[in-house]
Amino acid sequence: MTRTRIIASAVAALLIGGGAAAFAVAWRPAIAAIEPPAPKSFDPALVKRGRDLAALGNCTDCHTVRGGKTFAGGLPVPTPFGTIYSSNITPDADTGIGTWSQAAFRRAMRSGINREGQHLYPTFPYDHFTNVTDEDDDALYAYLMTRPAVHAPTPANQLSFPLDQRFVVAGWKLLFLRRGTYAPDSAQTAEWNRGAYLVEGLAHCGSCHTPRNALGAERAGASFAGGDVDNWNAYAINARSPSPVPWDTAALFSYLRQGWHPDHGVARGPMAEVVSNLSSVDERDVHAIATYMTSVFGAPTPDQMRRGNEVLAKAKAPAVPASQTEVPGASIYAAACATCHETGRPVPYGGVNLGLSTAISGPDPRNVANIVLSGIRPVEGERSPIMPGFANSMTNDQVAAVLNYLRSRFSNQPAWTGVEKTIEEARRTQTVSLQTSPPPHNAPADPTQRDKP
Amino acid sequence: MTITLKVNGHDHQIDADPDTPLLYVLRDDIRLNGAKFGCGLGQCGACTVIVDGKAVLSCVTPVLLLDGKQVTTIEGLGTIDAPAPIQRAFMEEQAAQCGYCIAGMMMRAQALLQRNSKPTDEQIRAELEPNLCRCGTHMRILRAVHRAAQLMDTAELSPSLEGSVQ
Repeated sequence: MTRTRIIASAVAALLIGGGAAAFAVAWRPAIAAIEPPAPKSFDPALVKRGRDLAALGNCTDCHTVRGGKTFAGGLPVPTPFGTIYSSNITPDADTGIGTWSQAAFRRAMRSGINREGQHLYPTFPYDHFTNVTDEDDDALYAYLMTRPAVHAPTPANQLSFPLDQRFVVAGWKLLFLRRGTYAPDSAQTAEWNRGAYLVEGLAHCGSCHTPRNALGAERAGASFAGGDVDNWNAYAINARSPSPVPWDTAALFSYLRQGWHPDHGVARGPMAEVVSNLSSVDERDVHAIATYMTSVFGAPTPDQMRRGNEVLAKAKAPAVPASQTEVPGASIYAAACATCHETGRPVPYGGVNLGLSTAISGPDPRNVANIVLSGIRPVEGERSPIMPGFANSMTNDQVAAVLNYLRSRFSNQPAWTGVEKTIEEARRTQTVSLQTSPPPHNAPADPTQRDKP
Repeated sequence: MTITLKVNGHDHQIDADPDTPLLYVLRDDIRLNGAKFGCGLGQCGACTVIVDGKAVLSCVTPVLLLDGKQVTTIEGLGTIDAPAPIQRAFMEEQAAQCGYCIAGMMMRAQALLQRNSKPTDEQIRAELEPNLCRCGTHMRILRAVHRAAQLMDTAELSPSLEGSVQ
């Protein structure tokens, strides 16, 4: 055997071996298609439990296009790698999950593989759902398979080569997917563990609130340190929280349950749908989430406590706003904002005192810009706060003047940079969202229907 | 301070604080009472006027924001003898009950029709969402906006002027 032939054989062996290994990593078998099961074949109690779990998991948010049929998918999710469309998870046999067995559904939740054996992109947060128990997956399955089937093909993803090849996702999973259901911490209470199971699993809070690395995975060691979603800043919800008043369990519970808290204001942006869903589930689960998250926030430092007490005291005795025409933005604030935000009327019917606003103490001006331009729309079927948008009455310069004034008057943080650019961007995305979506349907039109399976 | 305000094509010299809401200036200084005071908080829409083609809540819009801009109120659209298409449509559909919200409704609908001459039902509902009607004539208001779109589309003139073109 010559040297060349030895090298050639070695290369061939490596290629075959490597190919076989890659195949073993990436290849997953299809799970046999089934006839869509009859809705009556599911236990109603299981369906009801699945309904609450789906609300905890906020499934509708990504799997429903605004104004479209529930769970029919098709929502474009912009990512740094391209646009990925959410799939149809109604029991339609052709375009949904109608032919998926319970085992196929469990595998998708646990490992991000569809029934056909293809890898799913991690925009579907199976890095969290892998924590969900089989029992909970089965309840979710029962709930989804008893929803009305909707024929709605999922649009093709817009990804460039090689990311459009699904086997690439197998490599991502090797790096970032830690399989295994949630392991309780015996040093903690049952309630804390329940909260941790939900937060780290189905509720997938870290998907928005944890920053992502260059490969789109949640950054290890930066859990809950704040992330980006849909042109909003998802605040840090750990020790780095920008909230002027430190959170405690009671405040978190009330905020997550009713969507607002007098010391923190209202949940809007992508969080609106989350709290809307949480308002309809077993309140013990919401309390468990609040309990766990309190420990993630950690005990406030003496400085944070002092600052919190200061802004609360100021908010309770608001000074009468004087006409300060010499400060840019001050007179716009006095005329357009203070009429609600400094009247002392209780939240949510009066505006929160802006000293308490997390947005104004936040790391960037995106959330304030979004709210000032678009306002806060009422939630259909619910008593909820509203705020008029000022996109039509203020120029970008005027909005910038207001934002800079708010930052300097109501936070102890340094001035924002890039305010003008943020406002331009917020106006552009606002225009797009107004053109493409009918009014948001954040909640069932009839709240009394909520506990129905 | 003195501010020059352009309302319905006319310049008005106004002596007011810069943070005075536009609504107060319209009603108290210029004596245009079409725009109504409802809540004073930008939450009901009764005060809606058009500024540079866009619907604006005049009760939360300080006059200092209006430098160089064109303000249109309901009085600027048409007259009793020659109502504008939007006004005709609201009358023909009998869309007003107490009428308090109607000027604001018409102004927001007018702004919509100026940029979208054939809005769908859904678009009208979304656009008029900030405007409240406590009498509940919403279905008539919807019909009136569709009728106004038709009137504008066919360039039909008001009844009093029709004779002169035939």
